[in-house]
Amino acid sequence: MSAGPRTPFENPVVEWVDSRLPVFTMLQKEYGVFPTPRNFNYFWNFGAIAMAMLMIMIITGITLAMHYTPHALMAFDSVERIMRDVNYGWLIRYIHMNGASFFFIAVFVHIFRGMYYGSYKRPRELLWIFGVVIFLLMMATAFMGYVLPWGQMSFWGATVITNLFSAIPLVGNGIVEWLWGGFSVDNPTLNRFFSLHFLLPFVILGVVVLHIWALHVTGSNNPLGIDTKGPQDTLPFHPYYTVKDSFGLVVFLLIYAAFVFYMPNALGHPDNYIPADPLVTPPHIVPEWYFLPFYAILRSITFDINPVSLVGFAALGYYAVTVVWCKARNDYFSMSNLAILAVGGLLTLVGIAGSLFADLNIPLTHTVLVEAKLMGVLAMFGSIALVLLMPWCDWHPVRSARFRPLFQVTLLAYVASVFVLGYVGAKPAEGIWPWIGLALTGYYFAFFLVILPLLSKHEYVQPLPTSINEAVLAENKA
Amino acid sequence: MTAHNNDHPEDDGATRRDFLFLTAGAMAAVGAGSVAWPFIAQMNPAQDTLALSSTEVDIAPIQAGQSVTVMWRGKPVFIRHRTAEEIAAAEAVDVASLRDKQTDADRVQKAQWLVMIGVCTHLGCIPIGQKSGESKGDFGGWFCPCHGSHYDTSGRIRKGPAPKNLTVPTYTFTSDTVVRIG
Repeated sequence: MSAGPRTPFENPVVEWVDSRLPVFTMLQKEYGVFPTPRNFNYFWNFGAIAMAMLMIMIITGITLAMHYTPHALMAFDSVERIMRDVNYGWLIRYIHMNGASFFFIAVFVHIFRGMYYGSYKRPRELLWIFGVVIFLLMMATAFMGYVLPWGQMSFWGATVITNLFSAIPLVGNGIVEWLWGGFSVDNPTLNRFFSLHFLLPFVILGVVVLHIWALHVTGSNNPLGIDTKGPQDTLPFHPYYTVKDSFGLVVFLLIYAAFVFYMPNALGHPDNYIPADPLVTPPHIVPEWYFLPFYAILRSITFDINPVSLVGFAALGYYAVTVVWCKARNDYFSMSNLAILAVGGLLTLVGIAGSLFADLNIPLTHTVLVEAKLMGVLAMFGSIALVLLMPWCDWHPVRSARFRPLFQVTLLAYVASVFVLGYVGAKPAEGIWPWIGLALTGYYFAFFLVILPLLSKHEYVQPLPTSINEAVLAENKA
Repeated sequence: MTAHNNDHPEDDGATRRDFLFLTAGAMAAVGAGSVAWPFIAQMNPAQDTLALSSTEVDIAPIQAGQSVTVMWRGKPVFIRHRTAEEIAAAEAVDVASLRDKQTDADRVQKAQWLVMIGVCTHLGCIPIGQKSGESKGDFGGWFCPCHGSHYDTSGRIRKGPAPKNLTVPTYTFTSDTVVRIG
């Protein structure tokens, strides 16, 4: 870690340290004069906001751990003691509890920003992957944290989510007992979740360092999605973006504080103020709001894979790989391809119908090859895996959705489908909701697997500005 | 380099040094694995958890059409004294049409006593239908409110996402009125 050429500092103490360990030179380079595109909008605040939320969560979390007891018989009461007896315990817990929600809000906006302006594209693929890894770690951390108060939703949420792993063939039940440390969610489970909930934020912090490191190698993307071409396109990070980020952070914290002080339980579930009871399942188990879209995807797959739908999916997959995904081909509706598409689509529909409506007695559809439960779990994890692989689903050379009208519309429809899936996830699995969930799950996957590659091959784009500087000046004139 | 003194290339180009690298690497892998194992295995159920004893239940007071729930290994066990109609309904089902094909006789030792673990095989919720007044689902047995699985009067999955019938634990009738689970 050689510092390279170093400009001496005037302050003798700073200079004494910096000549031995050049942290001040590093900060000056990465956060002082760091060249940053001059055309950021407020979407670019959310990385800094997410970082601030991580810090708030770590500080409040360590403080809460000083008062919390990770034992099945004492956990619930120790949380109530924090709320009633510990000095300012109510405040610190409400900051932590709502902080999880606001951390996810910041990260969801941050991910949307990356999708809309094409920040996942070359050369920022690895930066994007680190980001999705952070998101996955956050989900694991939040899930285990939610278990710690040992209320009814804690207990049953933990039961449902750990049981997901029982869907794995052969070793599933062994894995679940290994996760539990017993034959049901119990004290050993609570103990290890506490330990891991304490550990994972620091793992997140480590990946955040890699995320920022990768960012400072490629430089930031910007709303135009075009590369910076020289000093006229950039501003030094300080003071321009330190100030802009601080302003955005303060606005965000104001809204967050409104929740902490005026409606601290609005985002939680009242059932979690009932102590955990292994004999009574709440009538309606709902995860925290930030898991709802993924929960809806999990629940929307209620059909087994049988020989008919397997052949159908295989034909559709063959069509996707050899025609849709193949950069050199656009004979989507030639006779042979049309035949594969039609046969694949028909067999898929018949196979699914035969599984969903056993009364139809469609031949061959009663043989279960893959259980619906496993398919649901695969779909849920697959929905996040596709976000990770987005740089390879979309290889269109233009980054920003501003210049890609079709990408813009389909992406916003994708975002809308995620919102509606969240709504479906909060509803009981009855009536029309599972069908809406299934349709939107279909769109979710089609967006990555069909729409993005097709757009990559065929979407015409509006003319791009020649430079950020020119676009900014033209905007100011107009 | 004086490597030619130590390394005698064999006919296939492999040297003594390659061999040493491979064996040393293999030993290191075995060492890492044996150190990792205790840290993985510690998460499995501990000896005291495994040693949880069996549970004995007095079933004499349970009238036909009533159910009780007892705890065994941290899980609820449903014991139902089935009515003649429930037994008839369970036996009348065409086994070939079931998702998890089991006859009613496979699932009970005495036709009027149905003993099973009351944990939905989908994602582990407790199905309702034990108490009078609770929904028993479309097939008169149990209904899991979490994701809508319907079980029949033999505890078999009939509708919904659960892949398996409710599990029947190991149990024995130690007398006509006492059942030991486990």
